[in-house]
Amino acid sequence: MSGEITAEATEASTSIRTQPSTRARPVPFAVTVIVLAGAVALTFLVSNYHLFQLTMLVGYAVAILGLNIATGYNGQISLGHGAFYAVGAYTAAILMSNFDVPYWATLPIAAIISAIIGFLIGFPALRFTGLYLALTTFALAVAVPQLLKFKGIEDWTGGVQGIVISKPEAPFGLPLNPDQWLYLFSLGVAGLLFLFAWNLIRGRIGRAMMAIRDHALAAEAMGIDLALLKTRTFAVSAMYTGVAGALSAIAVEFVAPDSFTVFVSIFLFVGLVVGGVASITGAIFGAAFIVFIPNIAEQVSKAAPGAIYGVILIAFMYLMPSGVAGLLRRLYHRLVPSSR
Amino acid sequence: MQGVLHQILSGLATGGIYASLALALVMIYQATHHVNFAQGEMATLSTYIAYTMVTAGWSYWVSFIATVVVSFIMGVVVERVLMRPMTNAPVLALVGVFIGLLLIVNAMTGWIWDFTIKTFPSPFHSSTPLLGGFLSGHELGSTVVTLVMLLCIYLFFRHTSLGLAMRAAAYNPVSSRLVGVRVGWMLALGWGLAAAIGAIAGMMIAPIVFLDPNMMAGVLLYAFAGALLGGIENPLGAVIGGFAVGVIENLGGAYVVGTELKLTLALVIIVAVLMIKPSGLLGRTVMSRV
Repeated sequence: MSGEITAEATEASTSIRTQPSTRARPVPFAVTVIVLAGAVALTFLVSNYHLFQLTMLVGYAVAILGLNIATGYNGQISLGHGAFYAVGAYTAAILMSNFDVPYWATLPIAAIISAIIGFLIGFPALRFTGLYLALTTFALAVAVPQLLKFKGIEDWTGGVQGIVISKPEAPFGLPLNPDQWLYLFSLGVAGLLFLFAWNLIRGRIGRAMMAIRDHALAAEAMGIDLALLKTRTFAVSAMYTGVAGALSAIAVEFVAPDSFTVFVSIFLFVGLVVGGVASITGAIFGAAFIVFIPNIAEQVSKAAPGAIYGVILIAFMYLMPSGVAGLLRRLYHRLVPSSR
Repeated sequence: MQGVLHQILSGLATGGIYASLALALVMIYQATHHVNFAQGEMATLSTYIAYTMVTAGWSYWVSFIATVVVSFIMGVVVERVLMRPMTNAPVLALVGVFIGLLLIVNAMTGWIWDFTIKTFPSPFHSSTPLLGGFLSGHELGSTVVTLVMLLCIYLFFRHTSLGLAMRAAAYNPVSSRLVGVRVGWMLALGWGLAAAIGAIAGMMIAPIVFLDPNMMAGVLLYAFAGALLGGIENPLGAVIGGFAVGVIENLGGAYVVGTELKLTLALVIIVAVLMIKPSGLLGRTVMSRV
């Protein structure tokens, strides 16, 4: 009996030790304002191609934040978030091309549909823990392109051909080109979503989510409804990634089954780990990593991004399990001793 | 009826390959409770090594044996270098390392042999279909190879002292260590064996699905489904599960969902098994006290 207790205790303590950021620490207000102002200023400073990249970065940041809510804060390891990304992207594309819905109105609909699908997937996910959930979601991710090519829904999805949509013009006669407008629009959406996530995580629900991750049994004993909270967490997580998918579809102006292979899910996972597991700002670093590293690496070889991702993923697991965000946090605390 | 029989037999032929890979997964799972997401990519790499040897002019069976040996060494090295330091790591870190390994191996095969689809030779030539037209020469040959391999593995684990030591190390590492079994090396051997089995599976499936860096993604999924269906704790169960998934895949693809949704069938099997009978058909239910 005593042996079991010790085993339980060590297990709990290792999971705490390896995931140091158990609390959402607010980034100082001033830093947030400076970063936001800088991000807005970039609209007028860089070329359209770079703005497109930055729009993708913002989209990935939201997607990784979504993955982080389920995996980082709630401990439900998902390798299948590419599926929700695809759901969001296709929802936006289908609504815009078949139903003439304006682009901004597709986002809430994409959010609702991905949240519902996330909630439904969250149910079987309740029965799986750890590796089994990773396995099942991995299977989902592998199956996504086939599902999208399915003949029965070809009228909507366009089958293998995919759907072409067009980039929205800036409204109200604003003196912006479509790239600049879409970047600012994504930035605004992402800002709201980040604020919402930050509030969610530092509040009662966020604490309950982390309690489940660190010790499900103790959390249940404290009166947390595991099933309810875990499925809802999965739904919120899917919602974020779905909105990100919709944003990316509008930016790329095209969706096709083969853009949503298993590697989308894997790259989101890489971004999560590199940015920082259980860190809200980490999502931004992770997104920057998966947007810019391939550009640099592809100059070496077409296969280089994959290899670099793999090496860096393993290196982070060994050397920096708390990611870039964890590293910056440690540096900050070292430089500003009063912040401890 | 003829059609159904044909589907079942060719399902068994591909099922044998799923069974091999499922067995590789179970071997690692039994010893460490890890599911190796990179098992498929490692098998693909092995197949490319065989491809290089065959195109360099070596005879098929020499390349076959050389590939199995190289893959075995590769598996041992991966365990020693990558997995050893991760013994007590949390699940997320393990998944990270496996996914990292998958990315590296996948990119490496793409880098060295590039991404174009290649044909892989089969040693079993026959212009006429066998067994009254039900099986091609390759299907029959690969089934025989798979069965021989499974028999060898069975004999190795049942009737050699090394096999016994490996089973002991997986079953109860602490006691095994006390009686002098080098548990760490047994795990490494298990990884080596799994990689070797994967290599054989890769060489047997490559003539059917053609050789490209992503060829194993689907196969790995079926192998997962097979391992879970049979019981991921049970090697015999995994083998039976693998064969069963092969048959289900073929029948389902031919009569129920069509070939476009075959992979989704694997997903459905995985979810169904985990929902209805998580221990699998032959696994034992594990109770955990809290």
